[in-house]
Amino acid sequence: MEDTPLWSALCVLAVDPVSVGGLWLRGRAGPVRQRLTEALAALPLPLPLQKLSPNIGDDALYASLDTASSLRAGRPVLRQGLLDKASVLVLPMAERCQPGLSARIAQAMDHHRHALIALDEAADDGEGLTPCLADRLGLFVDLDQIRLPDPLLLPPVTQIEAARQLLPSVKVAHQTVTDVVKACAELAIISARAPILTLAVSRCLAALAGRQVVELADLQRAAALTLAHRGIAPAESQPTPPPETPQDPPQDPSPGDQPADPPPGPSDPLPAEVIVEAARAALPQDLLERLAQSRAQRAARGASGSGAARIGNHRGRPIPSRKGRPQSGNRLDLIATLRAAAPWQAIRRQANPQRAAQALLVDPGDLHIRRTKTLSDRVLIFAVDTSGSAAFSRLAEAKGAVELLLARAYSRRDHVALLTFRGHQAELVLPPTRSLVLTKNRLRSMPGGGATPLAGALKLAYVTALRAKARGMTPTIAILTDGRGNIALDGQPDRTLAEQQSVQLARAIRAAGTAALVIDVAQRPQPRLAELSLCMGAQYIALPRASAGRLAQVLEASLES
Amino acid sequence: MTAATAAPHSSRSHLRPLAERPRRQPFPFSAIVGQDDMKLALILTAIDPGIGGVLVFGDRGTGKSTAVRALAALLPPIEAVEGCPVNSARPEHCPDWVTLPATTLISKPTPMVDLPLGASEDRVVGALDIERAIGRGEKAFEPGLLARANRGYLYIDEVNLLEDHIVDLLLDVAQSGENVVERDGLSIRHPARFVLVGSGNPEEGDLRPQLLDRFGLSVEVTSPRDIDTRVAVIQRRDAYDTDPDAFLAEWHPQDAALRDSILSGRAALAGVKTPNTILHDCAALCIALGSDGLRGELTLLRAARALAASEGAPEILRAHLRQVAGMALGHRLRRDPLDEAGAGARVARTVAETLP
Repeated sequence: MEDTPLWSALCVLAVDPVSVGGLWLRGRAGPVRQRLTEALAALPLPLPLQKLSPNIGDDALYASLDTASSLRAGRPVLRQGLLDKASVLVLPMAERCQPGLSARIAQAMDHHRHALIALDEAADDGEGLTPCLADRLGLFVDLDQIRLPDPLLLPPVTQIEAARQLLPSVKVAHQTVTDVVKACAELAIISARAPILTLAVSRCLAALAGRQVVELADLQRAAALTLAHRGIAPAESQPTPPPETPQDPPQDPSPGDQPADPPPGPSDPLPAEVIVEAARAALPQDLLERLAQSRAQRAARGASGSGAARIGNHRGRPIPSRKGRPQSGNRLDLIATLRAAAPWQAIRRQANPQRAAQALLVDPGDLHIRRTKTLSDRVLIFAVDTSGSAAFSRLAEAKGAVELLLARAYSRRDHVALLTFRGHQAELVLPPTRSLVLTKNRLRSMPGGGATPLAGALKLAYVTALRAKARGMTPTIAILTDGRGNIALDGQPDRTLAEQQSVQLARAIRAAGTAALVIDVAQRPQPRLAELSLCMGAQYIALPRASAGRLAQVLEASLES
Repeated sequence: MTAATAAPHSSRSHLRPLAERPRRQPFPFSAIVGQDDMKLALILTAIDPGIGGVLVFGDRGTGKSTAVRALAALLPPIEAVEGCPVNSARPEHCPDWVTLPATTLISKPTPMVDLPLGASEDRVVGALDIERAIGRGEKAFEPGLLARANRGYLYIDEVNLLEDHIVDLLLDVAQSGENVVERDGLSIRHPARFVLVGSGNPEEGDLRPQLLDRFGLSVEVTSPRDIDTRVAVIQRRDAYDTDPDAFLAEWHPQDAALRDSILSGRAALAGVKTPNTILHDCAALCIALGSDGLRGELTLLRAARALAASEGAPEILRAHLRQVAGMALGHRLRRDPLDEAGAGARVARTVAETLP
């Protein structure tokens, strides 16, 4: 047990949770995770554990006035915010954490009083911890990769205490820093937090081993915990620079304030390479790919409309307030409350002589809460036919139109998603995003050619629209095709079945109440496509020869109407 | 109800969230490795706050917020009326709703106010002082973050994630330099002139052009790509993390020198001459780039003047224009979605053509 990554992670977390940022624990909820979270509660941490909910509001995070108690007491009563006290935050369902909350937690962590244990239950691709939090967490453990020993032993308190004592005197040689930075460069890790956290983790590991100098073994173990899951450059960071392999012979120790390690023997591999190897060996490749993918998709989601409910209590245009108790998520409408209380003052004063000294007699029945109304964001889902039949030449126009629309989308607060279909299946190239940077990167490489899986495209568009709806956005589907669907949903060439499925899906889209638009880009308008758009309840536009600008114009005009 | 009195500024200090009281001295500004554009932009706004704010966009972990927080520690103190919620420089500048016991002037650090993402409208613009409304039945105004940021800096981390209605509010105030509160039965106005500093990661969403335009300067930061620079970054950060006091002492002289140069730059600012040829150059550059409105020219000129002042030059030179053109104009260009190179390259190209 004592040299498994999990054991190391728990020890490091117990020694100095704040410096290493915290632990990213990936895995589905279940008995294994249950046992582990119970173990975390029993871990000899220097700070108390504090659980957060992914839907937590600002009134709970930050200190605020406790209105109900204030009214009862007749003087202001403050409730402490969860972030006011130094603690180890525990965030269950971290994959559901909205960008806004992530940013708040990240800001709190930057003040070096909090650590975070993120319980990431991501199941599907495209889910996962938000990048701004993932970047700040020094330890990563994937529960699918490990088997928990039974019983799960916790690091002994005496060892942790000793390590904590030793930690301030643990030294890191200049050469070690260089090695870590080189290893990060070779792994194409951009963020400067990665090497900083690696050093913090390796320092804890050295202290646990009772040493005052960080050695290569510590770095290796730290790399497995800290660097391994960052080891693939996120898709958005293209073009990736060629990995810089340290080719120069063993570096002579540069002048530094601290004594350098003795240079490694000539037959040894370079320390940076050893660190890279340790990081690479720690996790299997497919996990890295999955993580990179979820990271990219997560980034694409970005500053979404955050599932804005139509009527809420938080933001937007105010609508008349109503009676109710201010609970979490509700805000007191003070004026309405005072107005409700005003007529009763004289009466209440007479009825309650013991309260006569209070300036204002407010009863719980007077309380009004605020309500506001917001419009949800719109997401425009483009399904572009990139098959060989006709639309291949349309690809450039479609790309141009997407970018033009996106460039104008800021003023309308629109999001854009792009899916293409060719060969055997449809593919979501660009999940709903508002980021021009990301869009450009994704659009740069978009291949064309092959058959036309129109049914698959409709299905994917439908699913994407439903997902967008679930997040409080209003989806609109725009399909650019020449209409000759010939691949069924299972990827087999079967024109009749494909037709049938297309019609079914079109009806489903209509039933879901999603606005749609079909743009026929074939040389001659296709009657079948007009029928299909009728099934979909969609607008049908035949546009045989259109430039990017014209396409964007037409789309914009039909969307405004 | 028009007359309302100000709540004593300190009465709710215990209400402020954690984000506004960092526990340790920030990382020294002069110890930040590289990122020269970002540092220059921040220093220029310190010399001439009229330039109008800095937007820092870039990758995660590139020291965006580190630099802004470091700037707060670097800035010279200001003189303000004691207890004035809007940091008025003279007693007669205090808003009429403020009643102060004394009118002594004190020296206090330049305000650097953090606008947390979750800040409610009440907290930003100010609202009815609930404490006094409940406790004493008085209608009093509780000043918000905008009041505290007057004559200082307002910092928004992750500015692209800020809620739309807060953005609208900020745009309005940043434009007029005055905060007008007409709500909860209050009618209050107070000056709110601050330097807006925003930071964010463009991959999490872009900014609205209107807000973009409010920032005088914008800089893009990227992670350094060569090993030596990165080693230096990590080394200094590591030294700061392990022994902050020693590290701060080591860098104190450099920070002090920088503060002196800001002060001498401020003193020299009014004396810097603007030759007609430079005005011509500004106009030619903006026309060639097709930047919207005249804000670009004005910012370019002010930034170049601040740079000249900081260098002790008697007049603005073309070299100054060249150095600040990218940060003053890059974010004001019409977006060209099909341009791969980005705005920075376009400005650089045009500068090379227009100002040989």
